[in-house]
Amino acid sequence: MHISEGVLSAPVLGGGAALTFAGLAIGLRKMDYEKLPEVAVLSSVFFIASLIHVPIGPSAAHLILNGICGALLGWMAFPAIFVGLTLQAILFEFGGLTSLGVNTFNMAFPAVVMGYFCRHFLKSPSVPVRVVSEFITGAGAILMSGLLVAACLVLALGESMDSAAKLVILAHIPIMIIEGLITVFVIEFILKVQPEMLPGTFNASR
Amino acid sequence: MQVEEFVLGNSWVHRLDPRVKIVVTLVFSVVVALNSHLEVTAISMILPFALIICARLDFGKVMLRLAIVNGFILFLWLFLPFTTPGETVYSIGPLSIQKEGVYQALLITLKSNSIILMVIALLSTSRIFTLVHAMSHLWVPDKLVHLFFFCFRYIHVIHEEYHRLVNAMKMRGFKPKTNMHTYRAYSYLVGMLLIRSFNRSKRILQAMKCRGFKRRFYILHHYEMKRFDYALAGSSLAFSILLMVAR
Repeated sequence: MHISEGVLSAPVLGGGAALTFAGLAIGLRKMDYEKLPEVAVLSSVFFIASLIHVPIGPSAAHLILNGICGALLGWMAFPAIFVGLTLQAILFEFGGLTSLGVNTFNMAFPAVVMGYFCRHFLKSPSVPVRVVSEFITGAGAILMSGLLVAACLVLALGESMDSAAKLVILAHIPIMIIEGLITVFVIEFILKVQPEMLPGTFNASR
Repeated sequence: MQVEEFVLGNSWVHRLDPRVKIVVTLVFSVVVALNSHLEVTAISMILPFALIICARLDFGKVMLRLAIVNGFILFLWLFLPFTTPGETVYSIGPLSIQKEGVYQALLITLKSNSIILMVIALLSTSRIFTLVHAMSHLWVPDKLVHLFFFCFRYIHVIHEEYHRLVNAMKMRGFKPKTNMHTYRAYSYLVGMLLIRSFNRSKRILQAMKCRGFKRRFYILHHYEMKRFDYALAGSSLAFSILLMVAR
């Protein structure tokens, strides 16, 4: 969920911007020019994927896929997500310029954390271990993002946002489950078709 | 994909130096976002409205865009008036509307829309490639500039590829429903997009190397600040400072 312009207070906006700045610095340092086209094109894929709506009962949700983004790109998820969100802010006015720092951090930090978690288990030859860890990667990234969004709202607008924050987290639960399932299918698909895309799995016995 | 829909046009707003546009939008956004007076925020909307009128943008389209992006604000309206502690002005059953809550919700709505209008007026009237070029003059790291450039360049390519895959699915009678089959089908769609893009990026890298890529783009066209650009930059920044002092 993007937080719009004008909602958050100065300390939250400033804090988010500082954290995103640090994340970007690490991500850009890890990304050499050989890697640049890959990060850029994958970040266009995540941009397009966010336009795909999957049905959930009578409603629909758009894909976020920050878990997969973290698994594929590690710290480079920060620049990839930052670029995607900036383009969304300029092209569609989703999110916003002043909240760009907060929104990037809310999505990219869970991506990095869950990406490291996922990479650790991808080497496992046991299918159940992999499937469970992939599900946790996708679902956990969304859960963390939802918690961060809720925390930002409460920090900026005070206790009056408690019930709204709870609703934000509740609304993320169905999305969590679906993102978890999709992460399992996508990563297993990549492992079958092109395992060298996922770092550290190239020589895994399959 | 319909993007850059406000780019077409030949007004002086469209022709402004993109560096001026970026700096003015950023300063204005920060000033408006940090201010906490209803009156000041309402006055701040004069500048983006004036620019939109001068740019001769389709007013209906601008309003439609605003309506779409106000979803999050609507969500806040469901909560803030009822849960902010303060003086009760009206009550319906167990719910009571608080003056402070309405004030805060109204303030957020005005702030948000003022900044969004400014982004539409200045940034959405320039092409992304122009803005990316301008960023390279504004101390944005080279790698990030290149990332913007490549990402936007390939969004269109990947969107086409996505449509090819979706059409293939539709031809085979795929109908999205809430079931495992749908989620698996969408996952394989995303997986295929990721793999094709990964391979495409390897070819891009090879093509760049063949052409002797030396970690930079050589820019042939350089921006030149005209008197008019200075005038707009000066007056907009002065307006932003006035807003800041007025609080």
